[in-house]
Amino acid sequence: MKLYTKTAHELHDLLVRKEVSAIELVKTQAERMQALESKIRAFVTPTVDKALEQAARVDAKIAAGEAIGPLEGIPMAIKDNMCTDGVRTTCSSKILNKFVPPYDATVVTKLKEAGAVMMGKTNLDEFAMGSSTENSGFFATRNPWDTERVPGGSSGGSAASVAAGQAVFSLGSDTGGSIRQPAAFCGVVGLKPTYGAVSRFGLIAFASSLDQIGPFTRDVRDCAHVMNAIAGHDAKDSTSAPVDYPDYTSLLGKSIKGWRVGLPKEYFGDGMDPEVKEVIEKAVKTIESLGAEVAECSLPHTEYALPVYYLIAPAEASSNLARYDGVRYGYRSESADDLITMFKKTRAEGFGDEVKRRIMLGTYALSSGYYDAYYLKALKVRTLIKNDFDQAFEKFDCILSPTTPSVAFKFGDRTDNPLQMYLSDVFTLSVNLAGIPGLSINAGFAQGMPVGLQIIGKPFDEARLLQIAHAYEEATGCHSKMPDLGV
Amino acid sequence: MERDFDFEIVMGLEVHAELHTKSKIFCGCTTEFGGEQNTHVCPVCLGLPGVLPVLNRQVVDYAMKAGLALNCEIAEFSKFDRKNYFYPDLPKAYQISQYDLPIAKDGYIEIEAGGKKKRIGITRVHMEEDAGKLVHAGAANLAGADYSLADYNRTGVPLIEIVSEPDIRSIEEAIAYLEQMKAILEYTEVSDCKMEQGSLRCDANVSLRPWGQKEFGTKAELKNMNSFKALQRALEYEIERQAEILREGGKIVQETRMWDEAKGMTISLRSKEEAHDYRYFPDPDLVPIVISREWVDKVRQTLPELPQARRLRLVQSYGLPQYDADIIVGSKAMADYFDAACSAYGIAVAAGTEADSKGKERAKQISNYMMGELTRFLNATEKGFQDSPISLDNLVGLLRLLEEGTISTKIAKTVFEEMFATGKAAKTVVEEKGLVQISDEGAIAAVIREILAANPSVVADYKAGKEKAMGFLVGQAMKATKGKANPGLVNKLLKEELAKM
Ligand SMILES: [Zn+2]
Repeated sequence: MKLYTKTAHELHDLLVRKEVSAIELVKTQAERMQALESKIRAFVTPTVDKALEQAARVDAKIAAGEAIGPLEGIPMAIKDNMCTDGVRTTCSSKILNKFVPPYDATVVTKLKEAGAVMMGKTNLDEFAMGSSTENSGFFATRNPWDTERVPGGSSGGSAASVAAGQAVFSLGSDTGGSIRQPAAFCGVVGLKPTYGAVSRFGLIAFASSLDQIGPFTRDVRDCAHVMNAIAGHDAKDSTSAPVDYPDYTSLLGKSIKGWRVGLPKEYFGDGMDPEVKEVIEKAVKTIESLGAEVAECSLPHTEYALPVYYLIAPAEASSNLARYDGVRYGYRSESADDLITMFKKTRAEGFGDEVKRRIMLGTYALSSGYYDAYYLKALKVRTLIKNDFDQAFEKFDCILSPTTPSVAFKFGDRTDNPLQMYLSDVFTLSVNLAGIPGLSINAGFAQGMPVGLQIIGKPFDEARLLQIAHAYEEATGCHSKMPDLGV
Repeated sequence: MERDFDFEIVMGLEVHAELHTKSKIFCGCTTEFGGEQNTHVCPVCLGLPGVLPVLNRQVVDYAMKAGLALNCEIAEFSKFDRKNYFYPDLPKAYQISQYDLPIAKDGYIEIEAGGKKKRIGITRVHMEEDAGKLVHAGAANLAGADYSLADYNRTGVPLIEIVSEPDIRSIEEAIAYLEQMKAILEYTEVSDCKMEQGSLRCDANVSLRPWGQKEFGTKAELKNMNSFKALQRALEYEIERQAEILREGGKIVQETRMWDEAKGMTISLRSKEEAHDYRYFPDPDLVPIVISREWVDKVRQTLPELPQARRLRLVQSYGLPQYDADIIVGSKAMADYFDAACSAYGIAVAAGTEADSKGKERAKQISNYMMGELTRFLNATEKGFQDSPISLDNLVGLLRLLEEGTISTKIAKTVFEEMFATGKAAKTVVEEKGLVQISDEGAIAAVIREILAANPSVVADYKAGKEKAMGFLVGQAMKATKGKANPGLVNKLLKEELAKM
C-alpha cells in the first residue's frame, strides 16, 4: 500500500478504520520527504518532530473512540510566507532568514484546529515574486515530473511537495497565478479562492489587494475539504468577507448538465503552445460531453492585464516590503556607519534581484508626478477588467482556459528575460485583478508534462467550480497519475 | 500684529491631537501614557510580517465628533492611505493616514484676539496613527548620540490632524486659535489635550508679505511646538528671522524648520528640494469607510455644549463679567466645577433664562473663589478642578457662612486653606478652630471701650481730625478679638463710642 499516493479523504478512511495510524502516516510521509529532498528540494524548514507530536494526539483521540475530522492526522505542508508560531518563516529571503513569528497565520490556526499535521515549510520565489521558484533566496525547487524543469512559482515548493507525495496537501498563495501556474506545471489541483474568502492574516504580504491563500491537493474532493477548513470571515483581516460560506463538498458528484461554459477568445490566440492547446481543446470536448454548453465569450481588456498587474503588484510590494529595514528583526548589514547607509545596505544585501526589480518598479509608479499616469490609471483599467468578467458571467456559469501557455519550462530558460517569465502568468493574473476564484486541475499531458485547465468563476462560487472540476476528474482520471521518481 | 510692522504675517496651523480611546487605532493595545518601554505593543502595531490592521470604530466616532465641533462637513466616503518613508520609529516604514479623502473638511472656529472676533477656516480633519519614539543616549537627538533605542509604546496611538486655512495674521491670533482648539477638543472629550505628554502638538506654516500684496510669501513650516510658550517663542523668532531676510532684500527658502526649545531658535530640517516624496496610495489592507447620515446624526447627538455657547450662557444666565466667563470656560474642568457649584448653591438656571439678583451675587462669589483662592491652591499642588480637594458642597458651605456673616472674609481665607488641606467642611473647620465671627454688639463694645481707655493720645488725634487714627483703633480691636470681630460692627461701634467722647 503506497500511502504517499493517496488523497486525504482516502487516508481519512484508513485512519478511521484503524488500518493505519497517524504516526505511521507521518513516518512514511517523512521517509518519502527525506528520500526525495535531494532531488526535489521542496522544503525550507522541515517540522517532522512537531508533526509526530501532533500525530500522537490524533492517535490518542482515535484510540479513545472519538470521531476525527476529514483533515485530522493528515500530513500537510505550508508555503514559507505564512507565519507559523515558533517555526521560522523566511519568505525564502535572506532578509528574513532568522525570523521566527510569535503567532500563527489564521489559516495555520484553522488547519491546526482541524487536526492537520504540518510536515514543513515549503520553498518559494523570494517574497512570492516569480514564476519558477528559481528566485528563492536559498535554492531552487525541481519539478517532480522532470527535475530538469521548474515546478512553477511562486508556490513551487508547495506544488512540488504534493506532486511528489511528500505531503498530502499544502497551502500556497496566489498573487498573479502563484497557485494555479505551479499546480498546472506539477499536475495537481490548485485553487485561488475569491479575494476575501480566506483570511490573509499572517500571510507575509506581497501585493495586499491581490494576494490570496489557497490549497494544493491531489484531487478535487481534498480541495473542498481544505477549503472547508480555511475559508471564512476573520475579524483580524478587514478585507475578509462576512458572508455565508458553503460546505464545499456539497455539490461534488452533481451533474453539470445545462451549464453554460465560456471560452474567452482572447485566451486562445497566438502564443499558446500547440500541444497545450490540443490538450485544452480535448478537455473542453470532455466538458461538453458531460452536458455543458460551450460557447465563445470575450474579455476585451485582457491585453492590459499584464501591464496593469505589473504596476499594481510592484507598487503595493514596494510599500509592503519597506519594513525590512534592519531595525527590528531579520538581516542587518554589518558594514554601515550611519542610519541611511544601514537601511540601504541591509536592503541591497538582503533582497534578491527580482525583489529589487519590483520594488524599484513600484516605487517609481507611486512617485509624485507618475502616480496619476501609472498607478491611478492602472486602478481604472483594473475596474474595466473586472467589468469584463461581470459581463461574461451574466451569460456564463464559468469560464475555461489553459492555466499556462506552455508546460513547465527548463531551468534557466527564462531567467535572463524577466518579461518572458512574466508571460507565463498571462492567463492567471486577470483573475487576481478581478478578485474572483480560479481553479487549476490537471487536464492531461503534453511532452510527458502535465497541462493545467483553468476554471474561472463568479465571486464566492468556489463550490460550483469544484463541482465541474470533479465531474472532469471523474470522467478522465487524469489526477490519479503520479510522477515516477524511482523511490 | 500692528500695522507698524513692515510685513503682514500669514499663518496656518496644523494641530495633532491624540484621541482619548482606550485602545490603539488598529489593534487592541492600550493607549495609556508611559509604561515600561515596548510593553504596550503587539505584532500588529509593531508591523511584524503578515499582520493586518483592523480599524477601531471609536476612532472614527471621535474624529467625526471633532469634525462636527469644528463645523466641518463629514465625508460620506473616506479611506486610509499609506504615507511611505523610512525612519526607525516607524515599524512598517509607512504611516497609515488619510490623503485625499479625509473624514472631515471645510469647517471653522471662532476666536477672539485683540478684542476682535474672527473666524479661522478649518481645511480638513484626518485620522492617522502615531509613530514610536527614539531615545538617544548621550545626546538630545540622533546626531551625536552614542546609540539610540526605539520605544514603540506610542506606535498606533490614534491621532487627528487638524489643518487650518492660512487665515491667521498675528501671534496673538495663533495663540487664541490653539487655545480655542484645545478647549473644543477638551469639551468634546475626544482628547485629553495634555500638551506635556504630547497629546496635543502643533506645527505652523509661516510667511510674510508686504502690506497690500495679494500673493502669499514663501513659507517655512515650523515643527515640534508642544506648549503655548513654545508656539509663542517660535513664532516670534521665525517672524523676526524672515522679516530680517526680507528687509535686507533676501529671499525666504521654502523649508521645514524645527523649534529648538533649548537654543531658543528655529533650525532648518530639510529644504523643499530634499522634501519627502511620501508616495501616498490607498492602503489595500483596510476597506473604505462608508459613513451613513444616521451614523453622523448619532455622533452629533453626543456633542456637548461647546466653549463659545457656554461662555455666552455664563454671562447671560449668571451675569458673570466677560472676563470671568473667559477664564472659567477656558478649561472644561473649571467650567464643569462652576456649573456644579452653582447647582449646589441652588442657583442653577436653564439655558436662556436668568438667575435672580441674589443668584447672580452668589454666582459671582463662586467665580471669585474659583479664580482666586482655589486656582492658586490647585496650581501650587499641580491639581486640576476635577480633583479639587474642596468638594462642591464644602465650597458652598463656606460661601453660606460668609453670606450669613458667621465668618469674615479674612477668616474665610484661613478656613479655605484648612479646607483645602484637609478636605473638611467649612463648618467643621470653623467650629474646631473657634473661628466664629463675633457679632455680639455688647462684647465688641466692651473691647472697644477698653482700647479707647488705653489709647487716649490716639483718641485725641482722631478728635483733631486725623483719619489714620481710626484705622489704628480698628486694627487694635481686631487684634484683641483675634480677627473674629465682625469688621462692620467694629467700625460702626467705634464711631458711636468716639462720638460719645
Ligand atoms: Zn498593538
